[in-house]
Amino acid sequence: MSHAMNKAFARGWMIAVYAFLYLPIVTLVIYSFNDSRLVTVWSHASFRWYHALMKDTDLVSAVVLSLKIAFLSALMSVLFGTFTAFALNRYKHFRGRTLLSSMASAPLVMPDVIVGLSLLLMLVSLQHWLGFPERGLFTILLGHALLGTAYATVVVTSRLKEMDTRLDEAAMDLGCKPFQVFQLVTLPLLAPALVSAFLLTFTLSFDDVVLSSFLSGPGYNTLPMVIFSRARLGLNPTINAVATMTITVVTIAVIASSFYQSHAERKRKREIALAYSESNK
Amino acid sequence: MDKIINYLHSLRHGRSVVIGVPYLWFIMLALIPLMIVLKISLSEMQSTSVSNMIDWTQGWPTIKLNFANYLFLASDSLYIQTYISSIQYAFITTIICLTIGYPFAYFMARSPKHLQPMLLMLIMLPFWTSFLLRIYAWKTLLVSNGVINNVLMSLHIIDAPLAMMNNSFSLIIGMVYSYLPFMILPLFANLSKLDLRYLEAAADLGTSPFKAFWLITVPLSKAGIIAGSMLVFIPALGEYVIPELLGGPDTLMIGRVLWDEFFSNNDWPIASAVAVVMILLILLPMAIYNKSQAQLTEIKT
Repeated sequence: MSHAMNKAFARGWMIAVYAFLYLPIVTLVIYSFNDSRLVTVWSHASFRWYHALMKDTDLVSAVVLSLKIAFLSALMSVLFGTFTAFALNRYKHFRGRTLLSSMASAPLVMPDVIVGLSLLLMLVSLQHWLGFPERGLFTILLGHALLGTAYATVVVTSRLKEMDTRLDEAAMDLGCKPFQVFQLVTLPLLAPALVSAFLLTFTLSFDDVVLSSFLSGPGYNTLPMVIFSRARLGLNPTINAVATMTITVVTIAVIASSFYQSHAERKRKREIALAYSESNK
Repeated sequence: MDKIINYLHSLRHGRSVVIGVPYLWFIMLALIPLMIVLKISLSEMQSTSVSNMIDWTQGWPTIKLNFANYLFLASDSLYIQTYISSIQYAFITTIICLTIGYPFAYFMARSPKHLQPMLLMLIMLPFWTSFLLRIYAWKTLLVSNGVINNVLMSLHIIDAPLAMMNNSFSLIIGMVYSYLPFMILPLFANLSKLDLRYLEAAADLGTSPFKAFWLITVPLSKAGIIAGSMLVFIPALGEYVIPELLGGPDTLMIGRVLWDEFFSNNDWPIASAVAVVMILLILLPMAIYNKSQAQLTEIKT
């Protein structure tokens, strides 16, 4: 094979994979503007299903519930994930470290059905003894926060490993108390990772159907639960409209955050360079 | 505010707080729930509370273990078949992801450096859009009056719609589609660090590029291959949503059986026993993954 042929083959392979990855997404978006009730038969373009969506009270209240749960569970995930990452990375030797790190990675490898089943059985036993918690928003929140904590731990850990611990030591040499070191040195350096962890765990929660189905009670249907129950029955044009709207929001958010992150990274590097050049004067 | 900070300063046991908080959290939500699953899998249908497991008839507490649920799983060929077919589907998915993903990651690692962040972001972007909706989208594409069949028929490539939906084909398409990025990312991370001087040295010594690829590139990317394969195989094994939406009545997957035992049959002990066996099945690939990761960090340090 000649060099040019190799290159053409490589390019073709990559384009084919991207096409495979984006084909379903593009189809969803295009057919959301299809006026026909038959999802796959194109009639003409319209916003018919977007209007139907606005009047669909089940869907609208599901979106509100999902947003609430996603926001709260992402906050909890980042908080507990940061604790876990600190415990595992700043304290290398303590009894039960292996147990903690296995427990923190268990939700990542365990199938969702097992995490959901085990949490539900635990909550049922708890309810049996204590009379609470009632299944609903709070129980779904716990499930999502557990899964989110595991992911947030990974994100924060990767940042902690890159961070220069000499900065902490320098701050302590200059008289900072441990909490001040955290507040003035560690936290600002950690901020980008906390933002990524929040966004990741928010999306995970907003997308979850299995844990929610196990942990939800009557009257608490999250958006994925509503979509899932409709998708099981067959094709439904309102799902396409929901999909297009979430895809739009997510794409804007991802692009904005990647711009923000690269901007913050550049700013940080500039400041470091400035600090070095000033100290060398 | 200052008061709070002063109070926090006075906490001499910062270390035990930092370790204790996540410990409590995970013991409550990860360890105890799994213990309860194990316990219920060893109990009878009617008695699901702890008190029934402890037997006082002999004057001191003895724990009654009941393996009836496991014996039931072992005696019913449906469960064994389902475990075997889950492993088969997960394995086929892994092989296809590797076949598609390896060349892709290789080409991506060889593409111009300034393009790589964008190529990488294009792989990650579908991750951020709902998994459920992307699986649903395949339904739109694959059903007999779906988009692909309509296009092929209007182009007169086929006369009758192809049966692509609710069978192994649609299941595997959905699984490959969902897990391909998990294969590509670790492979790319690995292949982009490959020292090209090895390949130059091989070429200088007269090795053909094809032979150099198999003798140098592939063995050096072994850690990436193992990591990617396990990241696909493990979640594919326990998948529920994809077989439920894209699979058919005869595509048996264990996640679906667990769900049905729990929600349709209300049989908690059997569902728990199914879950425990599933965890045992996952431990082996987990161990392989951990070993390869440990070797990787050993090489680094």
